[in-house]
Amino acid sequence: MKKVLEVKNLGKIYGSGCSRCLESTGPEFGSNVCPHCGSVVAAADISFDLCAGEILGIMGESGSGKSTIVKMLFFDEAPSYGEAIFLDSERQWNLFSLNAAQQRWLRNHRFGIVYQNPHLGLNFNFSAGGNIAERLLMSDSSHYGRIRERARSLLARTEVMAERMDKSPKIFSGGMQQRVQIAKALATRPPVLFLDEVTTGLDLSVQARILDLILEIQQELGTAMIAVTHDLGVIRLLASRTIVMKNGRVIEAGLTDQILEDPQHAYTQQLVASAL
Amino acid sequence: MVNTPILTVEKLNKRFFLHEQKAFIPSCADVDLTVFKKQITAMVGPTGCGKSSVLKCIFRTYLPRSGRVLYHDEAGNTTDLSQALDHRILELRHSDIGFVTQFLHCLPRKKALDVVSEPLILRGEKKEEARGAAADLLRLLNVPERLWHVPPATFSGGEKQRINLARGLISSPRLLLLDEPTASLDPDTTERVIDLLSNIKATGMGMLAVFHHPELVRRFADHVVELKSPGAEPLGMEGNP
Repeated sequence: MKKVLEVKNLGKIYGSGCSRCLESTGPEFGSNVCPHCGSVVAAADISFDLCAGEILGIMGESGSGKSTIVKMLFFDEAPSYGEAIFLDSERQWNLFSLNAAQQRWLRNHRFGIVYQNPHLGLNFNFSAGGNIAERLLMSDSSHYGRIRERARSLLARTEVMAERMDKSPKIFSGGMQQRVQIAKALATRPPVLFLDEVTTGLDLSVQARILDLILEIQQELGTAMIAVTHDLGVIRLLASRTIVMKNGRVIEAGLTDQILEDPQHAYTQQLVASAL
Repeated sequence: MVNTPILTVEKLNKRFFLHEQKAFIPSCADVDLTVFKKQITAMVGPTGCGKSSVLKCIFRTYLPRSGRVLYHDEAGNTTDLSQALDHRILELRHSDIGFVTQFLHCLPRKKALDVVSEPLILRGEKKEEARGAAADLLRLLNVPERLWHVPPATFSGGEKQRINLARGLISSPRLLLLDEPTASLDPDTTERVIDLLSNIKATGMGMLAVFHHPELVRRFADHVVELKSPGAEPLGMEGNP
C-alpha cells in the first residue's frame, strides 16, 4: 500500500505552554489542561500513516483533540511541534515548513475538507454552483462554460438537483448542504479528503445516504480519507483502521474490527459498551 | 504428495481483560495447529473452548496475547499475523485470507448481489464482472434468484449464511477461515455446501473450519485439532492484562 501522509509526533498547545505541560496532562490525569500554566494541550504526540485509498477513522469524545489534528493538517491551525509529510505523486511536501502560498496551493489542489458546520465550508453569499466554481477558479480552470459544466456534474454526482444549482445553500437542508460541501471538496479530485463529523446532527436516513455516497466516492476515485467522528457506527461503516483519542492523546490504534471487538484500553471498552 | 503448510499456529493464547469488572476472561490456551494447501483442518472441542477466538486471532479481529500465527504466502515469505502491521493485515485480507463468520454482517440497505460482489469490486474488478461471478456462486449455493436484488436483512438464517459463504468464497482466498458455515442449513443445502467446499479445496485453497456437526468433521476434515478448555486458568481478579 502506498503511503500518502505521514504524521510524526504532532502536537498543539493553546496558551503559553511550559516545560511540564506534556507530563502533567493526558488520559491518566483525566484532563488536557496543564495544572502549572493553564495551557490546553489539545493534541500531543500524534503519529500515524495514511495510505492511498484508505479511510482512517479518528474517534473520541468532544475535546479529545480529534478535530485539532484535521485542522492542523488542513492548515487551519499551526501546530506547536511535530511534522507531517504529504507524499504526492511527484514530490514530498513537508507540510509545516511550507510558505503560505504553497500551503494554499495544497489546500486548493491536493486536499479537500468537509466540515460538520456547512458555514465553515461554504460561502452562503454564493450559489451552490458558485461555491464549486470558486474552488475550480482557485485551482486552474478559467473557462466559464467548462467550470459550470463541471459544477453541474459534481452536484449531480452528489445528488443535488440541477435546478438548485443557482440557489444559495443557505436555504438548503442540512443533508443537502453536506452534499454541496462534498461536491466542492471533490472539485479538484484531491488525493486526500478530511471529513470532520460530517454526519453529526443529521437525521439517520440522511446520514446513511451521505455515508453511502462517501464510500462510493472512495471506491470510484480511490481518495484517501481521514474521518473524524464520535459515532461508532460511522467508524464501523467507513474506516478500515481507527485511532482512539482521549484528553489530547492517542490511547489506542488498530484495525477497526479489532478496536470494536477486542478493545484494549479501559476508555475504548467503555465507549464500545455504550454503543446503542 | 508433500503437504505444503499455509498457516502454522504455535502456542496461541488469548484472554480478555475487562477493565470495568477488573476480570480476566480466558479464551483459548496453547493452541497449536497447521493448515495445509488443498486440505481442511477442523477444530473441535466443547463450547467456550475458544474455537471462534482462534479464527478471530488469525484474522486479527482479536489481538493474541502470546504465541505465533505464521502465514506462508505464495512467494515463500512468512508473516507473523500476531505481530504484522495493520496495513499488511489489510493487504492479506484483500488478497489472501478470507473469513466466513458465524453471522452475516452487512449494511441493511445493500442488495444481496452487491454484498457478495463487494470483495471483488474492492479489489478493483469491474462491477459487471464481479456481479456475474456473484450470480454464479449464488446459483451454485441454491439461493433463489428472486432474492438477489433484495437486502439480506429479511432472509432466513440459512439464506443469510449462504450469502455469507458466497462473499467469503468469491475472491478465492488461499486461506479460508470458516466458523460453522453449515450451522443453520437444512440437510440438502448442507450437502451442496460441502460439495462446493470439496471442489474448491481441490483447486488449492487451504481451510480452517469449525463445524456444528461432528459427522461433518469425520467426513470432510483432513486434520482434526482438539482444543482444551482454558478453564484450568482461574478467573483472575488482579494484575495487568
